[in-house]
Amino acid sequence: MSFSTILSAAIAGLRVEFVRVEADVSNGLPVFHMVGYLSSEVKEAGERVRTAIKNSGFDYPAKRTVINLSPATLRKKGASFDLPIAVSILASLGQISPEKIEKCLIIGELSLDGQVRKVPGILPIAMEALENGITCCIVPKENEREGRLVKGMAVIGVENLCDAVEFLQEMKGEKAGEKSETGTMEDHADDVISDFSEIKGQENVKRAAEIAVAGGHNLLMIGPPGSGKSMTAKCIAGILPPPDIRESIEITKIYSVMGLLNEDRPLIRTRPFREVHHTATRAALIGGGGIPQPGEISLAHGGVLFLDELSEFRKSVLEVLRQPLEEQKIQISRTHGNYAFPAGFMLVAAMNPCPCGYYPDMEKCTCTPVQIQNYLSRISHPFLDRIDLCVEASRIRYDDLMGEHDAESSAVIRERVCRAREIQNERYKGTDILINARLKAEDLKHYCVLGKRENNLMERAFTVMGLTARGYHRILRTARTIADMDGETNIREKHLREALGYRMVDRKYWG
Amino acid sequence: MKYEYWMARIQGVPVYKKIRLRECMKSAEAIYYIEEIQLQKIRFLNENERNKIMQAQKNIGFSVEYEKMLEKSIRFVPYFSDEYPKQLREIPDFPYAIYVKGRLPGEEQKNVALIGARRCTPYGEKYAIDFARALAECGVGIISGMARGIDGMGHRGALLAGGQTYAVLGSGVDVCYPREHSGLYTDILEQGGGILSEQPPGTAPLPKNFPARNRIISGLSDAVLVLEAGEKSGSLITVDMALEQGRDVYALPGPVNSTLSYGCNRLIRQGAGLLLSPDSLIEEWNLKKTRNFCGSKKEIKNEKTLESTEKLVYSCLGLYPKDLNQLVRETKLDIKDVLEKLISLELQGLICEISKNHYIISG
Repeated sequence: MSFSTILSAAIAGLRVEFVRVEADVSNGLPVFHMVGYLSSEVKEAGERVRTAIKNSGFDYPAKRTVINLSPATLRKKGASFDLPIAVSILASLGQISPEKIEKCLIIGELSLDGQVRKVPGILPIAMEALENGITCCIVPKENEREGRLVKGMAVIGVENLCDAVEFLQEMKGEKAGEKSETGTMEDHADDVISDFSEIKGQENVKRAAEIAVAGGHNLLMIGPPGSGKSMTAKCIAGILPPPDIRESIEITKIYSVMGLLNEDRPLIRTRPFREVHHTATRAALIGGGGIPQPGEISLAHGGVLFLDELSEFRKSVLEVLRQPLEEQKIQISRTHGNYAFPAGFMLVAAMNPCPCGYYPDMEKCTCTPVQIQNYLSRISHPFLDRIDLCVEASRIRYDDLMGEHDAESSAVIRERVCRAREIQNERYKGTDILINARLKAEDLKHYCVLGKRENNLMERAFTVMGLTARGYHRILRTARTIADMDGETNIREKHLREALGYRMVDRKYWG
Repeated sequence: MKYEYWMARIQGVPVYKKIRLRECMKSAEAIYYIEEIQLQKIRFLNENERNKIMQAQKNIGFSVEYEKMLEKSIRFVPYFSDEYPKQLREIPDFPYAIYVKGRLPGEEQKNVALIGARRCTPYGEKYAIDFARALAECGVGIISGMARGIDGMGHRGALLAGGQTYAVLGSGVDVCYPREHSGLYTDILEQGGGILSEQPPGTAPLPKNFPARNRIISGLSDAVLVLEAGEKSGSLITVDMALEQGRDVYALPGPVNSTLSYGCNRLIRQGAGLLLSPDSLIEEWNLKKTRNFCGSKKEIKNEKTLESTEKLVYSCLGLYPKDLNQLVRETKLDIKDVLEKLISLELQGLICEISKNHYIISG
């Protein structure tokens, strides 16, 4: 038998595409051909594979070898086909019997000495494989723990080509699901992040941050330089409620594709916090590339996307965030197909009120009204319309800095946040809403019922403060969260008033 | 008149020499047609100035320019015209001619210049409007420079009272600078005020022209009110000119820790009139209300109707913006309560939020 075929897989966007690796070794001139719409890094696999086979002590006869990666219409990228190619050549040479490799998915990169190196995307591939009735995966050793997150899948981690061949020759390994790790959800210690107790003063910012996290609202902080906006944002990471297992897997899948997982603790048990520098391009933010890869907003899925110095971002970059902010996903279109990435993040943004940063402190501010207008108008209305809370971070005073009074720790705040989230879970059971921030206009009628006095208040606010319809809905959503934090079923006047205090800055300041 | 315009456009000849020449030759037309030999005989002109005049004689486009200007309803008021404001004649370094859109400040009425910093606080803004409005109600013409900040507020205040206000620009009268004041520009004209400049139409707002126009602002007025001025404010240049021209100078006092009131406070110390309220000024000048304020003045609610914590929060606020954290510190209340009271006060129209979480009292 000079022909063999092996199942492997490729990642296109976040989608898993199965690829059959076929090898044919027959008599003829000793050439090595690889076909199947390959990118150059896949073509280079030929050299790696041949050398690795030779260095692993196998015999590689001078024969004509043809490798085909099917389907031929799919562009193949990456080095993860090295191992299946090597195995299929060995199978064609009769080193491994073909029926042994039938039910097995193989993936991995080879080094010249036959070592198997880690590759990205193991988790989604293993999950997809299981759904398609495959129960055994051979993966690089370093990816083993990640693969084992999938219940019911036998994941064999191999260190080198010999290991893989040995396993396939004997099929000694574990039965399916024997060593699956999904059950072991031990909470590992969080990486050290800033704690709210380290922030002195800034009570309003802390409160706004707490409300924002409790309801998953987007938050904008405005304030002079050095007022602790960035620090607050970093603290927000510490009060995010833990993700449930479904969310965890979802987040881990994205990180797996990007090759960003921790080898020892592959399952991500904390919500991500992604800080993006203002020089970021559109592709970096929403994802891009020939075959699109997820961008920062997808890496922030389920967690926080922090944009510091919001007004320094290019306008076109911010505008692309509008769709994901609305739909919690991003659709990237290419001529060969559409790619959808999840992007359910909570936006936290920080900016100065004017170019010098000190407005409205006229003693210090050196900007003209036009400069201030221009500065603020770099952020468009439609973008601001998607931000529920806005708060000012004022300059820190000495007595606050030195104050002995203990600030609340993140743990305490986090507990309150979790409680508010529980109330929301309870209320939205059976609907596709998860948090208050995702309430649509039509849901508001249902979940944010106002009494007579509350209606009067909102009517007054509407005219006096010149609210828009969108602004009105934002207030209701925020008030819903504040009421949840108070443990109240109905939204009361005081909740509305507080929500009004955190409303987006007035139109007159945004040109 | 078009020869007067030609005369005004000659550069490089000082105004006083132009006047003397004009007086010698009886008309501008005569100067335009003067022969070189005759010009040589005029002793007070130096070689350079004679050349300038001869050069200008070659310019024949001026009459078209002049016609165009009239089409744009810009009037040209030279020194020898009867229209030329008397008060302006009295000042040293008066302009040879001024260009006017709309009306010139009336001589039968009192005219007051209202000046101050472009970058001003809500405190300065409020009193600029208050003083301008109260004075305009008594038929006083308000003169200012239509700049950002105090200037603009002064014009606005006068317009609120339905009074006349006059803007002296550093650019041509058909150039609105700053652009965001284009609404103000048309309002001033609509309400019977005027836009003035010594620069010919079409002149761009060049920085060098601005200090020069300040002498016209003070020159046209009987008194100069300084609302807010920093230590090195441009308004102080106007004050120096006003003093040189013998105009009264008044200044609005401000907190000693406000750098934007430093200039005013120093003026008061140096003997400037103290602006306490519009009424005291009206009394001092024996003015009577000629015009009733159109539009309703906001009825400020009695503080007594407020509940006690609201009153506490309200009492902490002033015309200098305070932020939320500062209020929390001062009232020693919980942040939630303070924010709630602030919103309640804001909905009652007692305070307003001028920037995110910065509040001042309104009214």
